[in-house]
Amino acid sequence: MISEKKPRIVITGIGLTAPVGNNLTEYRQALLSEKSGISNIEHRYVGSVHAGICNFDTFKYQNRKELRSGTRAGSISIYCANEALIDSALVWDRTDKSKCGIFLGITEHGNVETENEILNLQQFNGETRFWNHYHNPRTVANSPAGETSIKLGITGPHYTIGAACAAGNSGIIQGVQQLLLHEVDVAFAGGISECASSFGIFASFKSQNALACHSDPTKASRPFDINRNGIVVSEGGCVYILERLEDAKKRDAKIYAEIIGYSLNSDAYSFVLPFPERQKECMQLAIKKAGIHPNEVDLISTHATGTKFGDINEIEAIKNVFTDSCPFVNNTKGFIGHTMGAAGALELAGNIPSFADNMIHPCMNIDNIDPKCRLDNLVIPPPYKTENINIIMNNSFGMLGINSAVIIKRYICNN
Amino acid sequence: MVKKEIEELLIEIIQDILPDEDCSNLDLNLRLREQLGLDSMDFLDIVMELRKKYGIEVPETDYPHLATINSSVDYLAPLLKNKTK
Repeated sequence: MISEKKPRIVITGIGLTAPVGNNLTEYRQALLSEKSGISNIEHRYVGSVHAGICNFDTFKYQNRKELRSGTRAGSISIYCANEALIDSALVWDRTDKSKCGIFLGITEHGNVETENEILNLQQFNGETRFWNHYHNPRTVANSPAGETSIKLGITGPHYTIGAACAAGNSGIIQGVQQLLLHEVDVAFAGGISECASSFGIFASFKSQNALACHSDPTKASRPFDINRNGIVVSEGGCVYILERLEDAKKRDAKIYAEIIGYSLNSDAYSFVLPFPERQKECMQLAIKKAGIHPNEVDLISTHATGTKFGDINEIEAIKNVFTDSCPFVNNTKGFIGHTMGAAGALELAGNIPSFADNMIHPCMNIDNIDPKCRLDNLVIPPPYKTENINIIMNNSFGMLGINSAVIIKRYICNN
Repeated sequence: MVKKEIEELLIEIIQDILPDEDCSNLDLNLRLREQLGLDSMDFLDIVMELRKKYGIEVPETDYPHLATINSSVDYLAPLLKNKTK
């Protein structure tokens, strides 16, 4: 537990959109059937690139005017938050909206909107009187969470957590902390990303020699494979409903899992290079907070971006944490690419059904494993059926050296 | 551009800004905000579209002239006299 004296925090709703599915059932099925969500898209300036695009119904919770005024990130957030709310079976009319909060991790926000405005301005010889008056509300950092608060009438806190690619976990952690502090009773927490609509992110990764390229887009995202050559940029979102266990039990809520540990730390080292020592410390701190022994972790959902440095350093860190025996290890990016701010939250969600079905979804696209990434329990196709999955650790690391780990536990109703 | 054309272009602009509303039977003499869910940002959209499509600058002091379709038409007619739809 985070602390025996502290409230226990549980997941009671999940709403998501990923390049392979628009709800947990579809998503999980895709992960168990080796379905890729990666295709080629055309972007201005950068041309054809591999990307993961979501195809959720944007009109399900928004009308045309709302879509016209808002952002893709806002739309993803609103979709996921509404899906999570429905899944949680909270009686919304009787829920105190002032005690609800929205905490969404983002890698960045505003690049897409700024790029679009600059393109628009080019049609008018750069005259700034043609700059859109929606630009500021669309690009303030709280924008996706704010759109969601407006849509759902949530009057408690709403903000985003900028934590690069550790943002999805960071959003979850923020939600947990707000519940522990009793600042909110219901936390909409997770991560979202509209990055795939920005040509700049592709161009920057390409300039960094970190953008994946393959003749078959479905093979482009291949963490741990010796022939990997970079990141596939994707969009997506995953929002959880988090509650204190006592509240969830009072309303007889379905409980997916308990969040028993988490940690965030910083490398204080490099803009882009990973640092396995700090990653190790991050995992160890999460394990310590969870009050468990490393041997109790059954599955590690790795960050595994598909870059050489990223993959090798994470595996090194894992080996240094799990010295006695290594849990099962998988990753999700081979299926859906790197969903950036959504990655941590989405990748955790893809593994939560393991508590119910005892299946572990495999890594995808490991044809020739990098010897430096070899682990005894790395799960490669087909999906692995095991006896029991009780504890899952979810890693997410980001640029400027931010590391995060979230540990969840199967919830058994009599404990 | 004649007044009927100005009326049509205004309604087209408003319909684009409010795609979920039916702008086909607007009362030309009733304030737009009283018959449509038009907020201040939407109103700025109308001003921006006039700027982009017809090169017209509507100064803030003149915004009251855009209260109804007919008052807008009267205000815009001299500005659009030599322009085509």
